[in-house]
Amino acid sequence: MTGAPEPGSGDEDDGDGGERENDGSRFDRLPPSPEERRVAGRPTREEVLEWWADRYGVPRETFAEQSFWEKGSGKIWAFAGESPSPVAIEGLGLTFLRTRQEYWKPTTNAVQRFGHTATRNVIELEKGEARAFVAGHDQAIEWDGDWGYLIAAHDIDGLEPLGVGLYLHGELRSQVPKGRRREF
Amino acid sequence: MDVLGRYEPLVENVEAFRAACERPLPSVVRVNTIKADAERARRTLEASEIGYESPGWQPGLFGLDTEKPGATWGSFHGWWHGQEEVSAIPAPVLDPQPGERVWAACGAPGSKASHLAALMDDSGTLVANDRSLGRLSALRFNLERLGVTCAAVTNRDARNFSLQPFDFAEFDRALVDAPCSCEGTIRKNPDAFEEWSEGYLDSVSTLQRSITERAIQATREGGRVVYSTCTFAPEENEAVLDNVLESEDCRLVEFDLALDHDAGITEWRGEEFDSSLRKAKRVYPHQNDTGGFFCARLEVGG
Repeated sequence: MTGAPEPGSGDEDDGDGGERENDGSRFDRLPPSPEERRVAGRPTREEVLEWWADRYGVPRETFAEQSFWEKGSGKIWAFAGESPSPVAIEGLGLTFLRTRQEYWKPTTNAVQRFGHTATRNVIELEKGEARAFVAGHDQAIEWDGDWGYLIAAHDIDGLEPLGVGLYLHGELRSQVPKGRRREF
Repeated sequence: MDVLGRYEPLVENVEAFRAACERPLPSVVRVNTIKADAERARRTLEASEIGYESPGWQPGLFGLDTEKPGATWGSFHGWWHGQEEVSAIPAPVLDPQPGERVWAACGAPGSKASHLAALMDDSGTLVANDRSLGRLSALRFNLERLGVTCAAVTNRDARNFSLQPFDFAEFDRALVDAPCSCEGTIRKNPDAFEEWSEGYLDSVSTLQRSITERAIQATREGGRVVYSTCTFAPEENEAVLDNVLESEDCRLVEFDLALDHDAGITEWRGEEFDSSLRKAKRVYPHQNDTGGFFCARLEVGG
């Protein structure tokens, strides 16, 4: 998972002729492993855990209480409660990760909730940079690490994740959604 | 229509009651323990330029000396949530435990539902429901901003709510923070009395009764239901519960509240209510410099 996100689909098809299409009107629990995958392109729980560990160093145990669900194409939710699968309701835990694209993208809320134990691909912002970031601004910042989706964090009574930034060509692009942006 | 005048026979200090209803409401935030503890919130406030005070009757509440409590780092991080001080009353009265199945029957916009999730340590299943699709987006937004992962959000009419989507048949606890005439929010919403009419009280109290009955039916024997409103009208409070006591197998139970308050009433405009309604609590704006509130705790099964 290095380099910059490029246009194009990373959808995979594991070739099982019995597979179904994703149904966007309901939540389906992610299969534990590829062997149990029944819906084309659906990521597995194992892949999600591996991705957080590979990309950010977030330990697998962080998600021990969470089950993962897909609703909509590639939109993954993390839920700590009990529910049958599938379930057709309006929300199940929090929107967590965008998959079914070459470069997976965590949500602001997921990074704030689970990003504290990240050890890599975390960019620490100074006070002014943090304010610009939460206001939704893109800014030129030096960064020696990987390009792509980084966890942006700042020091406020300890290092605290702010959200997700897309780092490309010397610029950190704030991915804070409009409704979560703040100017202060 | 002098709506507040209706309640003069109920309050001891009419002048203080009326004066408090005229004043704007102080800004209060509740620390969201899913993302930060009260000490961390306090340290962050100390390091900021924002003055604050701690109301004291409940840990994790801060009165902030700012017009915009949302424009703070604590708000952005979801460490705290701006809400009316009295809206922090019902969740601890329901006292949900980690691992339980809990229903927030009228859950939007999510201040009380997220408080329930925090008391559950974000563990168990909180079914956060609201009938209004428009308000559901606020509910989801707030739950997610506050990092709640134990909530399943539904968009049903609470009066005939079905647990069919789930694998369980009943809840351990339910909160009915009922739709109401919102008289107690007059300090925040000066328009609160504009739509007021006795006819509205009639129709909304029918709705409140039906939702509460459904909550009791959907809660296990020995489980707990809390009924709350932000209104003074006995028609929407004691009278509703008096009807529910007759139709459902439940009883009122005492609880502690470390805010100044009055007991529920047992008589209103010639109508008498069950004597156990004294166990309910009424909070008037002048008693603690808050909004108005009503709260009652019910146990399912006689």
